[in-house]
This record gives sequence, C-alpha cells and structure tokens, in this order.
Amino acid sequence: MADDTAREDNHEDAETAVDVHAPVIADEVAAAVVEQFPGSVFADSHGQAVVYVDRAVFADVAQYLRAEQQFTMLADITVVDHLLDGARVEWPGVEYERFEAIANYLSHPRNRRIRVIAQIPAADPSVPSLTSVFRGAEFPEREAYDMFGVTFDGHQDLTRILMPDDWHGFPLRKDDPAARVPITFNGDPHPR
Amino acid sequence: MTGNETEEERLERQTDEGAQELRSASRTRELVITGGGMWPEEELGDTMIINMGPQHPSTHGVLRLMMELDGEDVLRIKPVIGYLHTGMEKTGEELSYVQGTTNVTRMDYASNFANELVYSLAVEKLLDIEAPPRAQWIRMMMCEMSRMASHLLFQATNGMDIGAISMMLYGWREREECLRYFEYVTGLRMNCNYIRPGGVAADLPDGWRERAIEVCDAVEHGIREYDELLTQNPIWRERTVGIGVITTQECLDRSITGPILRSTGFAWDLRKSQATLPYDEVDFDVIYTANGDVYDRYRIRLYEVLESAKIVRQCVEKMPEGDFRIQDKKVTPPPRARIDESMEALIHHFKLFTEGFKVPPGETYVAIESPRGEIGCYMVSDGSGRPVRMHIRGPSFYNLQAIEPMGGDSLVADAVAIVSSIDPIMGEVDR
Repeated sequence: MADDTAREDNHEDAETAVDVHAPVIADEVAAAVVEQFPGSVFADSHGQAVVYVDRAVFADVAQYLRAEQQFTMLADITVVDHLLDGARVEWPGVEYERFEAIANYLSHPRNRRIRVIAQIPAADPSVPSLTSVFRGAEFPEREAYDMFGVTFDGHQDLTRILMPDDWHGFPLRKDDPAARVPITFNGDPHPR
Repeated sequence: MTGNETEEERLERQTDEGAQELRSASRTRELVITGGGMWPEEELGDTMIINMGPQHPSTHGVLRLMMELDGEDVLRIKPVIGYLHTGMEKTGEELSYVQGTTNVTRMDYASNFANELVYSLAVEKLLDIEAPPRAQWIRMMMCEMSRMASHLLFQATNGMDIGAISMMLYGWREREECLRYFEYVTGLRMNCNYIRPGGVAADLPDGWRERAIEVCDAVEHGIREYDELLTQNPIWRERTVGIGVITTQECLDRSITGPILRSTGFAWDLRKSQATLPYDEVDFDVIYTANGDVYDRYRIRLYEVLESAKIVRQCVEKMPEGDFRIQDKKVTPPPRARIDESMEALIHHFKLFTEGFKVPPGETYVAIESPRGEIGCYMVSDGSGRPVRMHIRGPSFYNLQAIEPMGGDSLVADAVAIVSSIDPIMGEVDR
C-alpha cells in the first residue's frame, strides 16, 4: 500500500508541473523558434522540447529549423485526432482544435530533437506540406492524409497509401470506429 | 540474310504472321490510372510500365514496384504499399497499455524486441518511471540478439535475391540459433512480447550465460563463413558494387536512417548518440562505409552482427543483479507465488490484466536504433487505460523512399538487389 501512495504523489507532482507555465524557455532552439514566430508556445513535455505553432507557419518553421538551426532530418510527421479525449494537457496560449499535426525534427550536428505541433480545426482539416523542405515527408504525409483526411497543401501526390484507392472514410479518426464495415460472407444477402 | 533487308521483311521472313502494329500506349496508360500513381500524362514513347509484385518472391512480402522500363533499363521506380495494412495503429488504440506490446511486436517481425522496447519506453516516459538496471541490461542483450537475428535474415534473403542460393540456407541456419535462444528465454521464437512497460516479462532462465555465449560463437563462426563466401567473391561484387548508390544528403532529405544512412559515410547510430539503454557502458563500434551502394549495405550488416555479438558477450559478463521489472504493483504484475497468499496481489493481478493501468495525460516521442534505423513511438495519453494515439515511426516505411533515388538508371536485376539491400519488413511498412 505504501507503494501506491508514493506513486499517486508522483502523479500529482507531474500534473502540477505541467500546469505551471515556465517563464524561461529551457531549450535554446525552442526559444529561437518562439522568437522567430510570434504566437508560438513552448512546452516541456517530459523533458522534450515542444513548440506549438500556428498551422500557417508549419512549413516555415521547418524551413527555419533546417536553414538556421541545423536540423538536418525530419524524423517523423503524423496527425492525432483528439475528438474523444478524456483529458488533455493544455498549455496556456494554445487554442486547441480537434486535429494536431506533429513533426519531430532531428539535428545530427547538434544531436538534439525538437517537436513542432500545429492545431488543425475539424472544419478545415489542412496544413502546409513539408515536402518542399524535407522530401522525406512524402510518405508519412500521404499516410496521415489516408488515415485522418488531413490535407497537406503543396504535396505533389496526396493519394491514399495504405488503404485501397476507393476506400471511403478515414480509419484512424475517432468517429470511424473499428469494425465499422461489417464482415460479410459469401451468400450473405447484402455483401459489401 | 541480306544486309539491306528492312525490319518488316525480316519479320515476314522469320514469323508466320508477318509484321504487326505495336499496340498503342493506351493500355499502358490504363495501368497508370488504376495504380493511383503520378506518372506524367504526356506520351510515354517506347517505355513500358511493369508492375513487380506484390506477389513476387524477391519483394520481401507484399511490396509492389511500378517500374518504367526502357528495354532492360529502369528509368523510374515507385513503390506501392498497403497490401499488408492491418490497422495496427488503430488496434493499438483499442488495447490497454499492458496488451499493447503484443500488438507492436508483430510490426517488425524480424526484430520484434526493438518494437516492444520503443513502445515500453514511451509508456514509461509518460508514467515517469524507469526500468531497473537489470531489466535494462536484459533488454539490451535481447535487442542485440534480435539485431543479429535480423541481420542474419537479411544475409539469407539478400543472398537469395542476388543469386547466392546457398547463402539463404547458411543465413537461416545461424538465425535459427538466435531464435532458439529467444524461445529459451521468452517461450516464443518470434513475436516474443518479452519487453513490457516497467521491465521484462520474466527473469533470464538458468544457463542463459552459457547458451548466449554458444549463440555468439555460432554466429561469429557463420559470419566468418559468409565473409569468405561473398565479400571478395567476384560474381557477388559484380552484382553489388556501385549498384543503387545513394548519397548522405539524399538520405537525410528523405528521412532514411540505419544501415542505409551509415553506408553513405555518415556514422550516425542512436545507440551512441541518444542511447536509452546503458550502451555507454559497453564497448562497441559503429560500422560505416563511404560508397552508399548495395555492397556497402551488405558489408555494414555483416559487421554489425559481430558488434552485436560483442555487446551480448559484455552483457553476459556485466549483467547486474536485481529486479527484472519495476516493483510498482500498479504497473507490473505481482509474482505468481504471491497471488496465492496475498489478497492485494490477487487484486493487482486481476486489475492489471482486465483493465490495465492508467497513464497520466501527455504526449511523447521516443526513438531507438532498430536494425533498420530509427524506430520511434509517438504516444498520446488522455489519462485512461488506452492510448489516444500509438504511432510507430517504422524505419522501413521511410527507408522505402530510398528506392526512388537508388533505382533510377539501373537494370531490372539491379532493382531486385536494391530492394533487398533496403531490407524492408512489410509488416512495419504497412502496419
């Protein structure tokens, strides 16, 4: 039982630490991004540097990180659907929307990472494509489009990549539940 | 045969049917449209579009390549994927954190420990816990063993693809030693589900040291054999040297990691630079070469096996005593013996395996070096027992983007060698 209380204490600590907005930005790259792109919000997520930016400058931030901050590689880009979240860590200054585009950058010369997150409203699910800055964004952006229906403006070939070309719906959206398409057998009266 | 014979006359003479009109390019265009590709709309001329796969033995599963050919020359290659898509990221949202490792272990089925590890690390990061030292060393040993198994699988299939058929049997023979060890430690040859949030599933069994050394001996002996068989083999070199060249800049632009990046002369290994396990306490080298061709990628994977064996040997020597999983009853199950005598242990066991544990809200991205490159896990939690999003950054998925720069200006036979040298695991590509 002693273990349990100790663990609960830990959790409370973590939550209060999240609520207090750090006035000094610990990460130098994040500080530079916040200075360069007004309106951006820095967040310390479990020791990892995260910057919430306006979606209009999503690609500009990538360009800035690549050109000015020696971020040589886009490690990953993906989308999250927050439609059914029970609780969400909210940083002051960020206007939260249903979708989020998340880009993880890696700098080989400086051996550090940074994560850039843009909010995407459900009414207009689109975000600038990073393919003009990092060609490696081509596949993951197609995947994000395929799974979430978020369009990446400026992507040359935004087609479905994992699902069949004639598929309707976006499987990883929270309002597209698993087993939405019923399983049919030969001889069923209404095959799909 | 007379010298001034026209092509039509020659055909007339050689065939019963005589000269025939070549079919128009419209058939080719039709293929293009249904493929969902982005070939240009203009006249295709004499080139031909060929689909290789998805049912092709040398495409490593169900990879389909659209190739534009001019005779035997490949002008362009485009990979078409999704034939093995089973919605594993969606499944990951349906499973609790305890069950999650059973799901991710089936993604990169050739090196499953890397998947389990990156998933467990992401959960641990969100929980703000850290596995005890012994668990970390066990993880490191099993991951390196799995790197050996994965690279041996590569040697086997790569040999078969390029034409060294006996290589397939040799590679499988040594890989089997590793898989037997997995079975010995975890109970399963593949998809072990051994590394779990908070530590590992069970402690190492009796005699694990001796057997680990035996596996290393066998594998090192095998590697020497492959080295002798292939590295200086003129036929092998003919097929691989200078084929499928890619530069460092192309790799970085296209988010390509792992042995492909290291083959271009860029010595980047997350085990050295951003280690999440005690890799700084073992002695090993990062293998890299400068040419970026199929031959270099073969050599890198060959010698990386030896480095992994070195790490496994050091793990055997330096393995610390202690817990193999964290003593937090909300995260890891109690020992089986405790369940019979303790009410709390029974309750914890029951709760853990029915509803799992809850993870505080947050998001994190964790990356480690899998045999194929950077495998990452982006996990979002909303405070419930299931992740909101469990995204795996599969290195094979990104590495497949290397086919385009590698495959331009090659031959059809080289395309097979190039795909093989990328070493994609389709379970991870399509997830």
